[in-house]
Amino acid sequence: LHAMNTVVAQLQRRFQDYLVSLYQQGFLDNQFTELRKLQDEGTPDFVAEVVSLFFDDCSKLINSMSRSLERPENVDFKQVDSGVHQLKGSSSSVGARRVKNVCISFKECCDVQNREGCLRCLQQVDYEYKMLKTKLQDLFNLEQQIVQAGGAIPQVNIN
Amino acid sequence: MGMATESQFHVLAVDDSLVDRKMIERLLQKSSCQVTTVDSGSKALEFLGLRESNESNDPNAPSSLPVTHQEIEINLIITDYCMPGMTGYDLLKRVKESAAFRSIPVVIMSSENVPARISRCLEEGAEEFFLKPVKLADLTKLKPHMMKTKLKKQSEKPSKEDNAVLKHEIRKEEEPSAIEILPLHQDVEQEPMLSNSKRKAMEEVISTDRSRPKYNDITTLV
Repeated sequence: LHAMNTVVAQLQRRFQDYLVSLYQQGFLDNQFTELRKLQDEGTPDFVAEVVSLFFDDCSKLINSMSRSLERPENVDFKQVDSGVHQLKGSSSSVGARRVKNVCISFKECCDVQNREGCLRCLQQVDYEYKMLKTKLQDLFNLEQQIVQAGGAIPQVNIN
Repeated sequence: MGMATESQFHVLAVDDSLVDRKMIERLLQKSSCQVTTVDSGSKALEFLGLRESNESNDPNAPSSLPVTHQEIEINLIITDYCMPGMTGYDLLKRVKESAAFRSIPVVIMSSENVPARISRCLEEGAEEFFLKPVKLADLTKLKPHMMKTKLKKQSEKPSKEDNAVLKHEIRKEEEPSAIEILPLHQDVEQEPMLSNSKRKAMEEVISTDRSRPKYNDITTLV
């Protein structure tokens, strides 16, 4: 039993360190903390569900914006702007800091109808959301290991 | 009419973003509210029982919505500002123009900090303006507004011939005032749902003080 407790403690420590590193590296901001507050014993999958919806959103919006930007002679900047607005909103809601920051630059390129700039931002936002998706999947895996070992998910305070 | 959930507030949340709908739903549940979410202003009106003046065929309209709005008691509407079709502002106007629903407090949420937009919404009767992303702490501002609708409904109940019951009803009406959740500077009388607490939403953005109810003075805020 003592050995199991040590395993749980180790897993909890790994989880905590990993989560803190995601904040420190700028992947996540305070809003992700707010998101975690909304999860409890009754809703243990809430965070995973919401971020999953967010990543689906990213994929869908990036695809449609890509189509709008495709032909240089016929770019629908209004559609792109709408997509960026939605992406900025949802990334902000879940605490996806890097994705949100790219959206800010993206909007600026859109405002001045800079197609090249938009394409660069589109590529960057695609990279960032996929990177975050991988990171969070690792985080959720660590979480699951803790639960399977019979431990509790630590409340991590980010200062 | 069953009032078993009398102690729980029912909030109608409107947002076209699925992510944000999930968020606001959970935020409200965590604040002990019953929640109904819809993805558009027109669906919100349908849910309330109001029909749009130029109602068109809506293939997405759920057929299972109740016909009589009296069965549904909504204590607060919280809506996103930027939505395709009917904006949150349009919805606010429709609610405030409706005799049946104008007493329902409306809160606007927006990801954009535009003072002119905020003041326009408050002028139209919105109780609060929340900047997104909305946090749990923001929702504590909602209780006073929802409590007012409860008070109003209880005082509007027909008084019974029995004095004892009448006394009980008066006590029920007085009780909530003793609860500390009502800020001291708020009026508890039966008047339009205006409060000075909405200033807090403004103070987050601009420092202009707004202390007069809108019907007495038209203050232009920039």
